[in-house]
Amino acid sequence: MSTLTGLRRRFPDFMGITGSWWDRTPWFGRWTVYLLLIIGAFLLPSETIGSFMTPESDWASVLFYPIGIYVLLAIGLNVVVGQAGLLDLGYVAFFAIGAYALAVFATKRGWSFWEIVPLGIIIAAAAGAILGAPTLRLRGDYLAIVTLGFGEIIRITANNLNYTGGPRGISPIPHPPSQPDVEVGGIKILRYGVLDARPYYYLLLVAIILVIIIVKRLERSRVGRSWSAIREDEDAAELMGVPTFKFKIVSFVMGASIGGLAGVIFAAQTTSITPVNFPFILSALILCAVVLGGSGNLLGVILGAFLIAWLPERFRGFEEYRVMVFGAALVIMMIVRPEGLLPSRQRRAELAEGTGGMGSLGGEVGAVAGQRIEVDEELVSGHPPEVLAGRDEREAGA
Amino acid sequence: MWNDFTQQFWSSTIDGLTNGAIYGLVAMGYTLVYGVLRLINFAHSEVFMIGTFAALGALTLFGIDSPQSGLALVGVLLLMTLVAMAASGGTAVLLERVAYRPLRKRGASRLAALISAIGASFFLQEVFAIWQGRDQLSIPRVMNKDVWFNIGSGQVRNDKVLVIVAAILMMLALDRFVNTTRLGRGIRATAQDPDTAVLMGVNIDRVVLSTFLIGGILAGLAAALYGVFFELTQYNVGFLLGIKAFTAAVLGGIGNIRGALIGGLVLGLIENYGASIFGTQWLDVVAFSVLVLVLMFRPTGILGENLQRARV
Repeated sequence: MSTLTGLRRRFPDFMGITGSWWDRTPWFGRWTVYLLLIIGAFLLPSETIGSFMTPESDWASVLFYPIGIYVLLAIGLNVVVGQAGLLDLGYVAFFAIGAYALAVFATKRGWSFWEIVPLGIIIAAAAGAILGAPTLRLRGDYLAIVTLGFGEIIRITANNLNYTGGPRGISPIPHPPSQPDVEVGGIKILRYGVLDARPYYYLLLVAIILVIIIVKRLERSRVGRSWSAIREDEDAAELMGVPTFKFKIVSFVMGASIGGLAGVIFAAQTTSITPVNFPFILSALILCAVVLGGSGNLLGVILGAFLIAWLPERFRGFEEYRVMVFGAALVIMMIVRPEGLLPSRQRRAELAEGTGGMGSLGGEVGAVAGQRIEVDEELVSGHPPEVLAGRDEREAGA
Repeated sequence: MWNDFTQQFWSSTIDGLTNGAIYGLVAMGYTLVYGVLRLINFAHSEVFMIGTFAALGALTLFGIDSPQSGLALVGVLLLMTLVAMAASGGTAVLLERVAYRPLRKRGASRLAALISAIGASFFLQEVFAIWQGRDQLSIPRVMNKDVWFNIGSGQVRNDKVLVIVAAILMMLALDRFVNTTRLGRGIRATAQDPDTAVLMGVNIDRVVLSTFLIGGILAGLAAALYGVFFELTQYNVGFLLGIKAFTAAVLGGIGNIRGALIGGLVLGLIENYGASIFGTQWLDVVAFSVLVLVLMFRPTGILGENLQRARV
């Protein structure tokens, strides 16, 4: 036990240090960093970076799928798992619904991409609400199994229905309408063709940035505060007058819409989708990304998704062992560093207390373990009171 | 549709009971662990999967590849069962030590334990996928499948009877064990109120470990029967079966040992009847829909939660 705790202590707390520095940074400093990040993201698909990142395959394509799509999915799942603390094991269902929405409406109805984007989001959101309404009243771990079942139902249904093409899926799915004349920095960023993946990457990038803005705003709103209250202690939240059921549905719907958006964009690039594109393992990998990266913290989640998508592309021999390594990593992370690589500070404090959504495991079995409340010295000392106070004021103003 | 249903009624019933008996055996493992720890042992499906591989391994090791009869058959069945039980029980104990105990000692959140279980499940699956390949492996036939008699369209076959009888006997044995032995009393005490159980001198660690061990042994038996009946295995054979067994546990009332078997049999019947109405490709969808519906309308299951007194 003491060795484990010691091991946990030995990991340096980067977020504590950078986090408090970030809190002291004035607004123009922050905006400069945001701007630099966006410019960096725009320059990312260049050949020079690609030759190092994925020497064996087209970097721009890899950047679109799996990396970009995984990042968007992880941001969406983070709303459900990281912010509201609901374990969703069937997240890929919403991704599939978005993709099939585009495929069906584009090939059978002839709708254009831009008309289907909002439609796909709405259908996925509706699916989230329909799934959420009966299941979100359940205890947390039941929810995990029901969502898993739902993910399988969607995949098997797509596989069985003739309307969705059965096991052969749907193809060809038309690309988004192009504007071949628009050029930025020598790249025709709006020419959605077959060969160049960069326009799709930029489309996805814009989607990711928009989603991040929305998610961040939500996190600091009443909705976001309700989510963290639900995550920390649902009963207490209910007693304090938080309509927990309503906000759990909202988190499910938000997560579902983001998954649907990812699906629409994914289908627009790949031109052909089959049920095989949406296996349970994809839900599991995205969950790994969220948990390994640091659930609740956007930066961590993005890092987690990037690693999970990129490592197998970079190290080709690794593909075979990917799930095994990530599975072992999940177990080890939960023992050594349950808060993830780049943890959210609030989440970390909760985990140290042994609560976090569904109640504590040890608290119910083993009175000895249950009585101990671990105080994380680094966490307490890492944040001077004035920093925390300043943060609260800013949040109140926002 | 309805014609198919009435025509296939008896064969669906017999197949449903056979599948359901296997679900029930695996479901008992979920139910025991859930009753004591309030944790869905997500990796229990892999405990089962390893049992099927162990049964196959035992047959390969002894070079048994043809149907046996008489005493030799009994010996082969016992060999398969014991090896599968040992492998599954060992895996379950190992899981508890590696993936759950550190979390339990720290008082980690149940979400963390579930994620750890999912990680362990992937790890075990992939170890076998890489070691044994991703293709389906066939298990040699060890018993001739004789049809004893027919009920309507249904054939009463010796292997199906074996599966059902074994499951019922095992359920009775487990029920007796939990209700009469000292360790069983410890399990019930822990399930009802862990804090008080500790004060009364129950060794929680031992109770939890034996719960996992018993669950593993039952999964091992299920695996051996699965091998005899379906005669195949694969690295992900536990995934679907695990979800269905969990459904069975919920259906019967999680924490309830008799309920686990009843839930398994009922689920087996429902999914086979559903398959005869809508077509076999919808079998799994029917099973998952049952799960969702049960959780919506009667989350305590058919017999109600029992091992634990419905702790909230």
